[in-house]
Amino acid sequence: MNKSAPVVEIRDLHKHFAGVQVLRGINLKVERGQTVSVLGSSGSGKSTMLRCINWLEVPDGGEIYIGGDRMGIKGEQAKAMSNRELAAMRARTAMVFQGFNLWPHLTVLQNVTEAPIHVLGVSRKEANDHAVELLEKVGLSHKHDAYPWSLSGGQRQRVAIARALAMNPEVILFDEPTSALDPELVGEVLAVMRSLAEDGFTMVIVTHEMEFARAVSNEVVFIEKGQIIERAAPEKFFTNSDSERVRQFLGRYRTTTA
Amino acid sequence: MNAIEMLWDNLGVFAEGLQNTLILFCVSSVFAFILACCIAFLLEGQENIPRRLLRAVIDLMRMLPFLIFLYLLYYGLPNLGISLDVWAAGFIALITYHGAYFAEILRAARTSLPAGQAEAAYAHGFINATMYWRILLPQMVMRSGPLFGNQLVCLLKDTAFLSIITLMDLTAAASAVQAKYFVPLPPFILVIALYWSITLIVEALLRRLARRAQKRGLVHE
Repeated sequence: MNKSAPVVEIRDLHKHFAGVQVLRGINLKVERGQTVSVLGSSGSGKSTMLRCINWLEVPDGGEIYIGGDRMGIKGEQAKAMSNRELAAMRARTAMVFQGFNLWPHLTVLQNVTEAPIHVLGVSRKEANDHAVELLEKVGLSHKHDAYPWSLSGGQRQRVAIARALAMNPEVILFDEPTSALDPELVGEVLAVMRSLAEDGFTMVIVTHEMEFARAVSNEVVFIEKGQIIERAAPEKFFTNSDSERVRQFLGRYRTTTA
Repeated sequence: MNAIEMLWDNLGVFAEGLQNTLILFCVSSVFAFILACCIAFLLEGQENIPRRLLRAVIDLMRMLPFLIFLYLLYYGLPNLGISLDVWAAGFIALITYHGAYFAEILRAARTSLPAGQAEAAYAHGFINATMYWRILLPQMVMRSGPLFGNQLVCLLKDTAFLSIITLMDLTAAASAVQAKYFVPLPPFILVIALYWSITLIVEALLRRLARRAQKRGLVHE
């Protein structure tokens, strides 16, 4: 890990599925402590880009770096990493999914301690203490022994955030974290994410929550047809974008929510 | 001599039979389950030639009548220079045959797991093996309770075939007693009651597994 390197660097990322070109040359740097929101219409490739960062999708071309270290590929001959090497790289990141993906056979507390114990090799005691702290941070201290099915969507997503934080990741990747939630439950999840941004966590957030992106991000990125067509500070992005397409996208969004 | 007396006089025979049937059943169940977990683990991942072969072996095993498989092991293998005693042949037959069925049950449970379960594990740095044993397998097992129960009952009933290769199990005990007095009904009714009691115990144990699954919302009544 190189302290001065960007936490995430994407170079000329390409990806296609069954002949459809989804990503066509994405370049992006995320610096330490930054919150970057990724916007774009459905099918623009923003989730695929996020899933390439931690190699859940294997890119067809281009390079991903986490803290200056190449993800997924090693050595001069550019060979694919072994299962173990890839896992070690992924453990430096964490992800929060649209569908939560909590492990239903484990309690809330166990969901948070599982990876620290069995991936990072942290002692059970230490992992437990950390998990208790994190669950307090996301406002779920009273739910340690509950199983995920008994929680509301907003509570599940907050457990998922605690699970991600427990890895002490260099970056947390959020894949539409509020899209599966009832409108009433969105706020509690965004409030937790906002506090993480204030605490200086590095985050990449794929989202449709415009107000949130505007209030919390250091930078907003707009993806269209697999390419980044606009990158700007949130104020500029939302009030005065240079891109005609972005203004059109935002205009449509305003008319639907006004 | 009445039926009760006849059974009472041969209590030792039935006790030995019951003991042997229980040993066969318990040991084979445990190892068939472990074997199935290992097979399901080996089947994880991209389709390749070894995996396709393993699947073919499992399918072959499942289409084979158990008795013929047992004959192959006990009477067929000596032709290849491998002699097994009845216990070894019995254990191998029960464990591999029912292991294949258990593996098939686990495979079905695996395909019904949402893809997000493995993705969340990968995203948090799990290697394949840890993910399988700690994240996927527990869910597969908890979701498969009723099917396991069914298969365990089949396993129990298949132990009776071992009486044919002269293992002194519960069925052999009943045969021996009825051959001695030429009164078939009482001994067979007794062993039926005993087999039935064993399945009741198995079902009680599986209800505990079902409760664990229900508590986690993995199955619904």
